[in-house]
Amino acid sequence: MRANWLLIILSIGLALLGWQVLAQVGSFPTFMLPSPAQVWERFVTTLEDGSLLRNSAATLLEVLLGLVLGVGVASALGYTLAKSLPLERLLSPYIIASQSIPIVAIAPLLVIWFGPGLISKVLICALIVFFPVLVNIVVGLRSVPQDLRDLMRSLRATRWQTFRLLELPAALPVLLGGLRIGATLSVIGAVVGEFVGANRGLGFLVNVGRGMYDTALVFVAVFALVAMAMLLYGLVALLEAHLLAWQKENTE
Amino acid sequence: MNPIPALVINHLSAVFPTEDGGLHALTDISFQVQAEQFVCVLGPSGSGKTTLLRCLAGLLSPTQGEILLNGEPLTGPRQGVGLVFQKANLMPWRSVLENILLPLEIQGLEKEAALDKARQMVELVGLQGFEASLPRDLSGGMAQRVAIARALVQDPGLLLLDEPFGSLDALTRERMGDELLRIWQARRKTVLMVTHSISESLFLADRVLVLSPRPGRLRLDLAVNLPRPRLAEMRYSPAFADLARQVRAAIE
Repeated sequence: MRANWLLIILSIGLALLGWQVLAQVGSFPTFMLPSPAQVWERFVTTLEDGSLLRNSAATLLEVLLGLVLGVGVASALGYTLAKSLPLERLLSPYIIASQSIPIVAIAPLLVIWFGPGLISKVLICALIVFFPVLVNIVVGLRSVPQDLRDLMRSLRATRWQTFRLLELPAALPVLLGGLRIGATLSVIGAVVGEFVGANRGLGFLVNVGRGMYDTALVFVAVFALVAMAMLLYGLVALLEAHLLAWQKENTE
Repeated sequence: MNPIPALVINHLSAVFPTEDGGLHALTDISFQVQAEQFVCVLGPSGSGKTTLLRCLAGLLSPTQGEILLNGEPLTGPRQGVGLVFQKANLMPWRSVLENILLPLEIQGLEKEAALDKARQMVELVGLQGFEASLPRDLSGGMAQRVAIARALVQDPGLLLLDEPFGSLDALTRERMGDELLRIWQARRKTVLMVTHSISESLFLADRVLVLSPRPGRLRLDLAVNLPRPRLAEMRYSPAFADLARQVRAAIE
């Protein structure tokens, strides 16, 4: 475990060193490739004037609200579809077709309809999160063993008891897998939304940096986005480790 | 003798399509079981043994005929019926104790009383010290003991077992048979057990029913008048061999 961490730190250190060397030896103009030191400087200034935190908070809010909305709607629909094969047959062509529309292409529409504020971003995040979560929920609920369903039936469990005691815990591994993918996708959704039209957020910051040839700022925003996606992913992984302890192999 | 038989099956017929396109079938089966009798149902695969058991558990409605449980017609799953499946069919996210608690939890029994009953069951099947273990850490025999404890925790009058030891190795299987007899002697139940082992059925049961291949009809109703308690040596006695020959002849 400790050796692992050392290895990660070492590899990051090497990457930074390589970047610094490349920036200096290649003597690229700053607007093409700023050095790590320059990016760090820019990071400190954005931290000091509060713009990094303000924009990160804006994006995080969009990401989280979108995640909640997308997962919520996908769960409700997923449960209904998993329970009814005819309904799934009826609706799945539309659901799959909806996935062939690139989210980037309809993001402008949503911004036109709902304005450049929070709502359009949340909807874009929710849309991008929706499908993988939906698929995982249907797969998760369908994978509940028939014998356990029979057991619940023989014990005369109510629909709610069957959901709470059997379906939810049985589907949880697949469901959390969907949430893990959804969390990182939601970050992408927020950036797409902010690119199309926004006056705050990390995607907005990238746009500003690009417009002013402030490439160091672009780097700062990109790193912040990576950190945010990793944080969310890590949180879901933590949740998994906690909730799915029964599934873990004893490897220690 | 109890005037009302524990179980009456009148002209039961059942035809159901299976998942692989075949038919589960029972044709005009009638028999009665007295309270506290131990009955084994034998038959080649496809003779509808499991279908019979599922009808008795209330999981399947027969196409024709009726089932009377303590004189009352059976219309669906009943509380006084315990069910043990081919596989242990435990919930992998629940500990041994929690798996045994499940029926009481669904029934809505008060927590302390439920825990008390569940602990008694743990003791009955000899799993003290394993209360907190997860199913993945149990051997096949131990898992099946948990399944038996779970079926008995509501103190059902009728215990239905569907090839409960089918997936165990021969030695464990014999030991589990002894165990089941010990439990049955401690808590007298009406037992109906499906098996495809002739010696197992003769060793355990008061009475052996043999079903014919599809459509399943009752071909033999044999009283096993070997003395109780049954001892391992009885498996090699002439009386045992004679009964085994009769059952074998009926199956062929």
